[in-house]
Amino acid sequence: MSVVRHDIPLARRRSGREHLVGRALIYLAATLLALFILVPIYLIAVSAFTPPDRAFDFPRSVVPAELNFETIVFFLNAFGVVDSFWRSVIVAMITLVLALLIGAPAGYAIARYAFRGRSGFRLVILSTRAFPIVILAIPLAVTYRLWGINDSVIGVALMHTALALPFTVLITSSVFVSVPRELEEAAQTLGCNPLQAFLRVSLPLALPGLAAAAIFTWVLSWNDVFAAVILTLQNPTLPARILTALTQSPIYFQFAAGFVMLVPSLVVIFFIRKYLLGLWGRVVK
Amino acid sequence: MAEIRVERVTKLFKNVRAVDDVSLTIADGEFMVLLGPSGCGKTTLLRSIAGLEQIDGGRIVIGDRNVSDLPPRKRNIAMVFQSYAVFPHMTVFENIAFGLRMRKAPKAEIHTQVQEAAELLHIENLLDRYPSQTSGGQRQRIAVARALAMQPQVLLMDEPLSNLDALLRLEARAELKRLLNEIGSTTIYVTHDQVEAMSMGDRVAVMRGGRLVQVGDPLTIYDGPVDRFVGGFIGNPPMNFLAATIRAGDAGAVAELSDAGEIRLDAADGLGGHRGPVLLGIRAENIELHSRTGGGMLRGRVLVVEPLGSHNLVTLQVGGEQLKAITRPDERLELDQEVGVGIDPARIRWLDAEREVALTDDAEAGPGAGLGPPTPEERDAAPPG
Repeated sequence: MSVVRHDIPLARRRSGREHLVGRALIYLAATLLALFILVPIYLIAVSAFTPPDRAFDFPRSVVPAELNFETIVFFLNAFGVVDSFWRSVIVAMITLVLALLIGAPAGYAIARYAFRGRSGFRLVILSTRAFPIVILAIPLAVTYRLWGINDSVIGVALMHTALALPFTVLITSSVFVSVPRELEEAAQTLGCNPLQAFLRVSLPLALPGLAAAAIFTWVLSWNDVFAAVILTLQNPTLPARILTALTQSPIYFQFAAGFVMLVPSLVVIFFIRKYLLGLWGRVVK
Repeated sequence: MAEIRVERVTKLFKNVRAVDDVSLTIADGEFMVLLGPSGCGKTTLLRSIAGLEQIDGGRIVIGDRNVSDLPPRKRNIAMVFQSYAVFPHMTVFENIAFGLRMRKAPKAEIHTQVQEAAELLHIENLLDRYPSQTSGGQRQRIAVARALAMQPQVLLMDEPLSNLDALLRLEARAELKRLLNEIGSTTIYVTHDQVEAMSMGDRVAVMRGGRLVQVGDPLTIYDGPVDRFVGGFIGNPPMNFLAATIRAGDAGAVAELSDAGEIRLDAADGLGGHRGPVLLGIRAENIELHSRTGGGMLRGRVLVVEPLGSHNLVTLQVGGEQLKAITRPDERLELDQEVGVGIDPARIRWLDAEREVALTDDAEAGPGAGLGPPTPEERDAAPPG
């Protein structure tokens, strides 16, 4: 008996220590991961706010010697950068709205209705991503010229929507699958028509997932260079402008450009973060 | 409150008849249990009544309205789902108020009705919580309160207790029965648990393979199953069935069991003049065991004795078949002991040996009981065991 009584606390202490070690390892991994992402962002930011003449200092100071807006201001005042910036924002917004407007209902249909060829449909959606878009470049440019939407915001947005849609459809369908159908049915027995049941029950529960899909779409559009370079000439989006104009520029302007590219993505993710955490933290049962 | 009439309802899934020509009338204020093994169509029938499934034939009348083509929201029903389907993004209060808000009830009325429903289910202290902050048993109560707050004509429940653990289920069963008695609403309750069906229902409708097999009050079904399936499905242990042959005797008929002896029957034998091979159905509690053999008793041998506290469950070898009997806990029986098996002829349920359906008809038992006397085809269609 006494042996057993001694053993229990010992075992518990050991498992407690193991638990602590486990937690420490998790935090270590999380810290490393965070540093992996944050350090480059920080270095870009520091470089962007360093005066041009000190951009090549070595060793590099971790804290900026002085907060200097010279580089950033010069970059922003460079020909067309502000225009391109707003163009990029607008393109990303149009893409987000279009992709969700078309993709979310498609995702809902795949999740809820058993129609003929549903699994085939999923496969076709996915396979569009396997198609090398480079092959499309010339026909696309020609078609856009024919339709008169080349070199325009809406043209780029349409292309980005086409690129984003497969993911939007698949992400939203998996989001709607996770909302039990019985919840909608319960709402219908409680006085809702199918649309009301969707708006009052499924949509709020799907919101975190839809937000994730929205971020994804936004960032995809914001980061896209390829379609933007092919489809625009006089009115490029920011990545296209940076790619074409700044490859010849000194490195500190490239840092400034990188910083301006980074900030909007960070801001978007910051505001939508709540829904992302909700997506992982809340159990929809 | 309203009467529900299910008239020749059929529901197909692709080519499978999930509900096959079912007719059933549930009286105003009655508690009807739909009972059957999984896949028998009971939930599909319930969902058809709720309007969540479109029926492919027949009609459903609630009160004096034909609701067959109406969506759920226009049927004046409320439903409790097996998974409870409590809305996770709303507080308990908002959950219970949901239906009333959809009806655009005045604020004060919503408040009093929610409060009332919550008090009925003893969850008035949970109103500000989210469902994730409540236990499974509490969620079940929230679902019931949400349904009751609607004050529906008809309450539909789809296995509402099956997700609770055994102890809680026992408690919730009694509580739900008291509650529904108090409210007196017309209720259809789906379950696969025959104990729940027996203990709660005013009447029980046993389903199998999409068809109604027997409708009646619990005791009638328990004592007089229409076929071997019902006798085996209802009751624990299930009804015993032994092959026997009926022949004419000196006074009344005699049932012969090969290798086990014979039972003398009196004039009111319930056989209706039937002679030849039959199935003898007898409940475990209607079998008496004696240490002496002979004297109109069957011969049996004790195979297993399972003490269960309130009684012992004894498995016997009788002829070529096994039989379950219930004895008092203090009765001493040895393994392999030869015993006399006394069967009370008045408690025997006789079944046709081939079709395994009852030889005698009870007034209420039988398919289509809700719609008057069953037609011969309906009787024949009762599937064999």
